[in-house]
Amino acid sequence: MTSSFIHPSLIMIAGACFLPLFKEPFRKIYLVLVPLLAFLDVLYLSAHPGTYGLIHFMQWTLTFGRVDSLSMIFGFIMALMAIIGTIYGLHVKDNWQHIAAWFYVAGSLGVIYCADYLVLFLFWEMMAFASTFLIWFNKDAGSLAAGYRYLLVHTFGGVLLLLGFVLRYQATGDLSFIQLDVHNPQLYTWLIMAGLMLNAAVPPLHSWLPDAYSKATVTGAVFMCAFTTKTAIYTLIRSCAGFEILIVLGVIMAVYGIVYAAMENDVRRLLGWEIISQVGYMVAGVGIGSALAINGACAHAFAHILYKGLLFMGAGSIIKMTGRCKFTELGALYRKMPNTLLFTLIGGMSVSAFPFLSGFVSKSMIIAASFESHILWAGFLLSLVSAGTFLVAGLRLPYLLFFGENRGPAESYDRASDPPWNMQTAMLIAAFFCILIGTYLPFLYTMLPYREVVFNPYTAEHMSETLQILAFTGLGFFLFRKWTAAEATISLDLDWFYRKGGQAFLWLATRPLQWMDTAWGTAYRVVGLSTLTTTAAFSSWFDWNGIDGVVDGTARCVRAIGRRVALTLQRGQIQQTIYYTVSLAAIVLFAFVCL
Amino acid sequence: MIVNFIEYLKARSRMVGLFCCVGIAAIAIWSLTVDMEEAHTWVERHVPVFWGLFGFLACALIIFFARWYGKAGIKIREDYYDK
Repeated sequence: MTSSFIHPSLIMIAGACFLPLFKEPFRKIYLVLVPLLAFLDVLYLSAHPGTYGLIHFMQWTLTFGRVDSLSMIFGFIMALMAIIGTIYGLHVKDNWQHIAAWFYVAGSLGVIYCADYLVLFLFWEMMAFASTFLIWFNKDAGSLAAGYRYLLVHTFGGVLLLLGFVLRYQATGDLSFIQLDVHNPQLYTWLIMAGLMLNAAVPPLHSWLPDAYSKATVTGAVFMCAFTTKTAIYTLIRSCAGFEILIVLGVIMAVYGIVYAAMENDVRRLLGWEIISQVGYMVAGVGIGSALAINGACAHAFAHILYKGLLFMGAGSIIKMTGRCKFTELGALYRKMPNTLLFTLIGGMSVSAFPFLSGFVSKSMIIAASFESHILWAGFLLSLVSAGTFLVAGLRLPYLLFFGENRGPAESYDRASDPPWNMQTAMLIAAFFCILIGTYLPFLYTMLPYREVVFNPYTAEHMSETLQILAFTGLGFFLFRKWTAAEATISLDLDWFYRKGGQAFLWLATRPLQWMDTAWGTAYRVVGLSTLTTTAAFSSWFDWNGIDGVVDGTARCVRAIGRRVALTLQRGQIQQTIYYTVSLAAIVLFAFVCL
Repeated sequence: MIVNFIEYLKARSRMVGLFCCVGIAAIAIWSLTVDMEEAHTWVERHVPVFWGLFGFLACALIIFFARWYGKAGIKIREDYYDK
């Protein structure tokens, strides 16, 4: 390994391993320093692009450090989010939660900087397993089962990816993680794409996301909302740019996600559906594949991590301070949690693409790219989802949480207040970056992979378009808001197939298969075992009295004859013995002469 | 401060509503003055306040489609998977 190269994942992993050695008050300092060090490492690497960390393993050369314009922007935002997420969870005493989160971050950074499928797969699985623990550490009902579902789904995705790159290696002898052939896709191309798409929550491989994110720990959900899907977007940009199927799938997930978000009653499930919808923009951008679209996908992933993290932090604060997560049990919290309201509004306005906030300068890039590529249906549908995003995240979410009347128990409402200082600090940092990205364009735009592409979101035409959508969507919400009220329900989705399928399999195992097993056991005991016992007894008798009788009888007979011959011929009288011998010799001689 | 500001606005809900209506109207009128020659599609260039109408219809469509979709059997009791 090159001496000047220190992998940021290594810092996170080492930091996680040494964390239990630190006690308060140094522990909190250490918790901030480790991700900060990883962030500084990322900045150092960004200033020194190149290929590092080459390791020869068997007949392959593994590459851990490909630092280029694409890995730089994703490495930057992941490391930044690691700092924000860790600050948000500073109050968490359980070291295991921090360790799992840091291994998860390490997995994400490992994927971003790797250049071959073996290393990719190693860090890909590290992400999946570490993030599972962020669900399991939550002690709420249903978290254990949700964690198992998450793990099984991601294991399936990992197997698809493994199968894909092994088949590719067999066909081409190449393990490098580069752009796949758009014009001549093979089975392995689709397998690799499916494996990557599962982590991006592309339908029909998406149901794990709202399921898992709503069941994770408060801090864990903040990490999860940032890393898995956006790392997957990075891998799709790296390998699948220009595959037109991704435009269709991206638009479907954008529409699908926003419809489900509009029906949702659980605050974090709503945000989970919102992630699916927003990641749909990025997937569509990857599918369009033009320089502007790829820039848009990168910019939107960057902005999305910050404003979605901010929204999850706001939601987590409410869950922590009230113990409630359903809209039907919340409301009127502006009096109790005003700072959380402010941060949630900034997050909601950012995702809704308000001018001077982050979503405005990123989302519009993808929509503009679809229009410039003459994919008008995609442009209009993504604009429709943009209105839906403001409806769901900018209006419905804060309205149901902070305004109206309290719909939950009085004791939950009474104990509500703004969260501890560290949680508010993390939200403040995320909100600051949301505003910075929206107001100071070079901060984000100079990090984009195609820097030669010029895009100015602050034109009169774009401002007018956005303000019209926002203003009239707001009017629509005001007129139709009674139809957006929360109901104490859940929404069926494609996870129905594996959840009900699992229950059906359990029923099959505990009822018909168990009955067959019991019947077979009884039949074996009643018929098989007694028959076997009788046969064994007969065999024993036959052996003893038949086979052993013949053998032993023959031996006894030979012994008896021998004894009789000895008694007759060997009586101890020499003259009689000589007489028998001479007579026998005479008979033999006579027989020889005559015959 | 935030709480006081919200209480202040709640106490003057009619004024806030009027302010919002004026804001929406101002945006609509301003959109008529914006040069749309560089717009990508015919409707943007020729239909006044196109994106306003689009946003309003999109909002209504999502609200009522989600409502219909939920009532069609997608929304179900919370303990559905537990029993």
